[in-house]
Parts: sequence; structure tokens; C-alpha cells
Amino acid sequence: MSDLKSEQNKAPGSVLGWLDARYPLISTWNEHVGEYYAPKNFNFWYFFGSLALLVLVNQFVTGIWLTMSYKPSAAEAFNSVEYIMRDVEWGWLIRYMHSTGASAFFIVIYLHMTRGLLYGSYKQPRELVWIIGMLLFLVLMAEAFMGYLLPWGQMSYWGAQVIISLFGAIPFVGPDLALWVRGDFIISDATLNRFFALHVIALPLVLLILVFMHIVALHKVGSNNPDGVEIKKFKNAQGLPIDGIPFHPYYSVKDSMGAVFFAIPFALIVFYWPEGGGFFIEPPNFEPANPLKTPEHIAPVWYFTPFYAILRAVPDKFLGVVAMGGAIMVLFAMPWLDRCKVKSIRYRGASFKILLTVFLISFVVLGYLGTQPATPELTKLAQIFTALYFMFFLVLPFTSVNEKTKPVPERVS
Amino acid sequence: MSIEQENKTEVNLQRRKILTGATGVVGAAGATFLAVPFVSSWQPSEKAKAAGAPVNADISQMQPGQMLTVAWRGKPVWIVRRTPDMLKTLPTLDGQLRDPESAESIQPSYCQNELRAVKDEYLVVVGVCTHLGCAPLYRPAIGSPDVGTDWQGGFFCPCHGSRFDLAGRVFQSVPAPTNLEIPPYHFVSEQEIRIGEDPKEGGTA
Repeated sequence: MSDLKSEQNKAPGSVLGWLDARYPLISTWNEHVGEYYAPKNFNFWYFFGSLALLVLVNQFVTGIWLTMSYKPSAAEAFNSVEYIMRDVEWGWLIRYMHSTGASAFFIVIYLHMTRGLLYGSYKQPRELVWIIGMLLFLVLMAEAFMGYLLPWGQMSYWGAQVIISLFGAIPFVGPDLALWVRGDFIISDATLNRFFALHVIALPLVLLILVFMHIVALHKVGSNNPDGVEIKKFKNAQGLPIDGIPFHPYYSVKDSMGAVFFAIPFALIVFYWPEGGGFFIEPPNFEPANPLKTPEHIAPVWYFTPFYAILRAVPDKFLGVVAMGGAIMVLFAMPWLDRCKVKSIRYRGASFKILLTVFLISFVVLGYLGTQPATPELTKLAQIFTALYFMFFLVLPFTSVNEKTKPVPERVS
Repeated sequence: MSIEQENKTEVNLQRRKILTGATGVVGAAGATFLAVPFVSSWQPSEKAKAAGAPVNADISQMQPGQMLTVAWRGKPVWIVRRTPDMLKTLPTLDGQLRDPESAESIQPSYCQNELRAVKDEYLVVVGVCTHLGCAPLYRPAIGSPDVGTDWQGGFFCPCHGSRFDLAGRVFQSVPAPTNLEIPPYHFVSEQEIRIGEDPKEGGTA
């Protein structure tokens, strides 16, 4: 049990006693760490929540250090990044930790979301945990997008041009909205400067608040687990869940091990493969932004490519934007689209297993197609997989009502 | 005993509710007014609005089929000297185009014609894809495998595969909704085009 618990009755006069009389130190610690009971059967998939937090810290620290040498102006941005890479002591490491961290963030988040889909973590009573998580995902995408403009390379420039033009597809207000976002008739110094402000101040603040809410909401309802059964149903004489173990020290230690195993490949990439084969930092981004010339082949960073492929698959400007936005927004509705009472995939019927597999494959294939040029054949393929992607959400409400599920155990197995 | 309990008889809940409501309404109105400068601050600055001066392009050295790129308001503007063969194929494409008459597209009235030009030979067009703003590529060669075997020459957008003919007119079943935009321009002389300015009444247009 927690070390702090014994301190609760500490005599007045101790430092901790003094602090706790003025701030809910011990009760907060106990509620969220020392006496937060998590199911004992967490598996590999449950590392990614704490890893996301770790990557967030990495992005904050490296990001703050980068702002110390970066110049957010169209005239100086590209050169200041080169200056960081060549002249600033250890600048290359800090920059690569930040750029690799961005990709790592999305790898971790996509796995974290997959975990939620596998074990039904979005279901009653965790709908709000899922929705706050989806908001985090949206803000993270905005954060990553704005960060990618800052090096002011060719791909920064044209990627931003394409994404901001998406707003222009909205009927009536679109063109004015795009102009308002850019603050100029083209992507310019004004755009770069405001994206910098949003990237380093506004959105990180929103992220922090949402992360806080995500954890508070989770701790209110308790963690799900690979069996998808509620551990709160069976409690011992002390009123503690029989199948739960306190987060600290059990999962704090386990997650630290996870952090070590994450840090090894992360360090290897930072040191030996920071461009990620052109997926983490794209080759055209080593060329300064040129408003008169689009790169021969333009693709967003890998983590946006599934949605980008959906955008390209629809041969209509506005509907393409709607499909792309819909592909993300429909995930918000997961708690209500999936009407099966059974949470975990372990005890669910074949229909869900097939649907989810097709969905995950579609996501990966669309991700690949989004990196490729838009030839007529590949566009056809993207259309097929876009249809399969949406099929998951269209079919699920019908198949999940009378799904042939297996018996769910009372307690975690 | 709290103050409220002490003064129980004197508390007028109705009045308190109205005052709280009124404060809320006035506060919301104030917040709305306060939001105006913050929202408007994102609009293009006076400096950005002023940076739209016309530019001149020297076309005296252009060979038939050649394309020239000029920057106007930070955007690429292309000038293509079209060959007679190119001009001949243009009317044959009408059936494959989304807006062959340029009814839905942006161009000055003096360029809303089949060849979308003041002088047939010279196409002047803003090189920004009407889909999502990439700069399409000039692909004059006929039958390029990546664009399509029946390709008659035109512009191809590498971002999302939109295709335009040599008058900047968009083909059907591509994401771009309208033809490429034609900027206001006029011929200052036989060798020079002025982009960003309409021809004067009775001028060379």
C-alpha cells in the first residue's frame, strides 16, 4: 500500500502534516495513485496510455528548448532550424527528439485507440473518457499540423496550403474562413507567426487540460481491462475490488518498464534514423518553402495519410472534405454505434471480429495509399478502402444488436 | 449561523434571480464585444492587403509551347504560348470538361471565351489548383502514362490528381470543382503583359 497512507495521522508539526493541512496532498495522491485500484490483468496494450503521457512530456521539454533558438518568421524560420541542427550545442538531438516524438506520439495514440476498440473501453460507463480522448486526438492533430509548418520547408508550406484550403470547400463562408485562418491571401509570414503562437502556447494548454480531464474521468469510472468486466462488482471486506491492484507501486513500476522498452527504439530512431525513411521528416522539407512551385509529389506526414487518402478518393471538393472530416468525427459516436453489451473482443461474436479486422486493415491500407501519388488505379483502390472504412460504422449498429457473443466471466480471468 | 439564515426574512429570491440574470446578460454582451478585436485580429493586415500591385511580364523571348511563371500577389501566374496544334485540340475536349464555357469559373469577362484568353496564342492563368491550392504541373506532352493515355496536354495537379486542359479548363471526375482562375491582365505592348490590372477602355485588350 502507499507509503503516504501511514502519514495521514502524522503529528502536526511535520512538513507533510503542515502541507496537507493547507493542500489536499495525501487525499489526491491516494485517489489517483496510491489507492487507485486498476484491474490486475492489464496486458501489453495497456502501456500506451502512460507512454502517451511520457511522449507529451518529451514534446513539452524539447519544444520549450527549440523555441529558444527558433525564429518564427518567413524570412528566418528555415535558416533558424538549420542553425539549430548545425550550430546550437546538442540542437540536432533536441530537434530530432521533437520531430521523432511527434511520430512516436501518433504511433502510441493509434495503438491506444486500437486498444479501446479491442476491449470496448468506449462503452458505458466510459463514454466520456472516450469522447475526451477523441477531443485530445483532434487537438493533437491540429498541434502536429501547425508544428509541421514551422520549419518552413517545401512540404511545410504546401501541406499547410492544402489543409487550409480545405476550409475553402465549406459552402458560402469557406473562402473567407480560409483567408481568416491564413491572415493573408497566401500562406505567409502572418500564417507562420500565428501557427507558432498556437503551437507553443494555445494548443499545448488545451492538451494539458484535456489530459487532466481524461484522467479524472477515467479515475471516476475506473479502468477497463482485456476481459471487459467491471472489477467494482466484487469487493472485499475493506470495500476494495478483489481483482484490482493499487496503481502504485504495481502499475507505476510496470509502466516504468514499458517506458524503458519504449525508450530503446525511440533512441535508436533519434540517433540512426531520424528522418524515418522520409516518413517522419519528408525529403522536400529540406528545401526552403517556395510559393511558386509545388513539390512533384506531395503527401502529408504518415499519421495523416489515412484521412488524406479518403479526401483524395472522393472526386468532389466539398464531399471530399466532408468524407475526411466524417472519418474522424464518426469515431466520437462509437459508444452509441456499438450496441453490443459485451465489451471485450475476447467474448464477442464473429461479426464484430471481422468488421474490426476489415476496419483496421482499411486504415493501414489507406495510410499507405495516402503516401502514394494519385494514379487512377490507386485512386480506385482508395475508393474501395474508403468504403470499407465507413462500412464498419454503418454495419456495426445493426450487427451488434443481436451479436452471437460468448459467455462473459463474472471476474477477470 | 450563516448570514443568510439570519436574514432569511429579508432575502428576496426573485430580485436576486433577476439581478443575477441581468448581470449574466450584460456580461455576455460585453464578452461578445470583447471577442471582436481578437477575432478580427486574424484578418489580413493592412500591409498584406496593400501588397497586391500589378506585375509586368516580358514575353518577347517565349518559344511556342513554352511556359513562363511570374509571381503576382505571391501566387504563381503562368503564361503559356500555345502552338496552333494546341489551340486546335481545345474545342474537341468540350465533352470531357466540367465547365467548358467557364460559366462557374473565375475570369474577367473579356476572357470568358473558348480559349480563355485575350489573344488566342497566350494563356495567362493563376497556377493555383482550384481544389486545394497546389501549383499544378505543366504537362504539354501528349499521352503521358501517369496522367492518362488520351492526354492531349494540359496541367496536372500532383496533389490530388486534378487535370486541366491548355485553357485551364477542368476535366470531369477530378476533385477540382472549377477551371483555373484567370487574373485580370492586358497587353502593354506586343512583348509585355501586365498582370493584375484590367485593360483600360479602348486599350489593347
